[in-house]
Amino acid sequence: MNINMTLIGQTIAFAIFVWFCTKYVWPPISNALHERQKRIADGLDAASRATRDLELAQERANETLRESKEQASQILEQANKRSSQMIEEAREQARNEGERIVASARAEIDQEVQRAKEELRAQVSHLAVSGAERVLEASVDEKAHRKLLDKLAAEL
Amino acid sequence: MAGNNPSPTEYIQHHLQNLTFGYHPENGWSMAHSALEAREMGFWALHLDTMGWSIAMGALFIWLFRKAGRMATTGVPSGLQNAVEMVVEFIENLVRSAFHGRNPVIAPLALTLFVWILLMNTLKIIPVDYFPELFIRLGVDYMKIVPTTDPNATLGMALGVFCLIIYYSIKVKGAGGFAKELSLTPFNHWALIPFNLVLEVIGLLVKPLGLGLRLFGNMFAGEVIFILIALLPFWAIWLLDVPWAIFHILVVTLQAFIFTVLSIVYLSAAHEHH
Repeated sequence: MNINMTLIGQTIAFAIFVWFCTKYVWPPISNALHERQKRIADGLDAASRATRDLELAQERANETLRESKEQASQILEQANKRSSQMIEEAREQARNEGERIVASARAEIDQEVQRAKEELRAQVSHLAVSGAERVLEASVDEKAHRKLLDKLAAEL
Repeated sequence: MAGNNPSPTEYIQHHLQNLTFGYHPENGWSMAHSALEAREMGFWALHLDTMGWSIAMGALFIWLFRKAGRMATTGVPSGLQNAVEMVVEFIENLVRSAFHGRNPVIAPLALTLFVWILLMNTLKIIPVDYFPELFIRLGVDYMKIVPTTDPNATLGMALGVFCLIIYYSIKVKGAGGFAKELSLTPFNHWALIPFNLVLEVIGLLVKPLGLGLRLFGNMFAGEVIFILIALLPFWAIWLLDVPWAIFHILVVTLQAFIFTVLSIVYLSAAHEHH
């Protein structure tokens, strides 16, 4: 338990170990530690950023979905309106066309009747004349009896 | 036990004797063959066991931590790197909370002190008879393996810290500033300079002395108890030895921690202006 040169020797050993530790042992471990700390912090940052991005994207997707649903219902409504309109128009057109066809058919019939009447009238007068001729057995002066014949024909 | 059934006194003295090499007034440079010869050598003697074991522990520390430092990756750490990083982080936090200055040497210094002292103290857990007995078989008379039970070792480290305190005091405050701090605190009056000087110089010198003696006292007392326990009959030794060793796991760590923290605090004070 004497105090002797060991004291100095130990101090020298202490100095050498501290110097070596400061120069070669501490820096690599400390650097690795701090670098890892930084990397973990960066990773956590990136993760939280990604979560935020995901939330944002989901929100945007929901928004888009809602908008497109709205649009679709709008389009559907328009189409319904348009189709009923078209049906209405078609019905209107069909009615008009029918009426037109009926009208023209009626006009034709009237014309036909008129023509038949005319023909009939001409033939009746002729028939009446020839009948009278036969009845009278004599030659009737057509000119003399014109008045009579015309009267007859008009009565038909 | 060593020798031919020595008395308890002889046994204890043998275990507390360092392996000494030095300059003997009669024999010249030689190994000391007895405690008396070692004492006669005076200052010019070297405790080979203290130096050898402390350097071995220091080298073990440097080797382990250097290896971990080489392997250090920024990825997922494993095994040795984990343990080493835990210690490094612990010391880093300690320095950050206790040292209020900027000095890249303080943290490695604290790491060296802590791990080195821890390793040297831990040698104490090895049963007290193993190494003395082994070395006697090898023809070496004495072998005290725990360097921190030698006041030379603890005071030597404290002296190293003391030199750094002086160095940084002068570097940070300048020689004049340091002298002013010693002579004009705590009483800032020219008439009280001698009184201040006595007070401050004693305060300064007590720092390394207390540092070294605290560690030495704790370790030495524990070692003596271990040796006393070893004197019991062999079947009774474990009854006291095991609890004492378990208790000493605490003392070993605590003393290394106290030495480290006080060194940091003293060096921090050396960096502060008043």
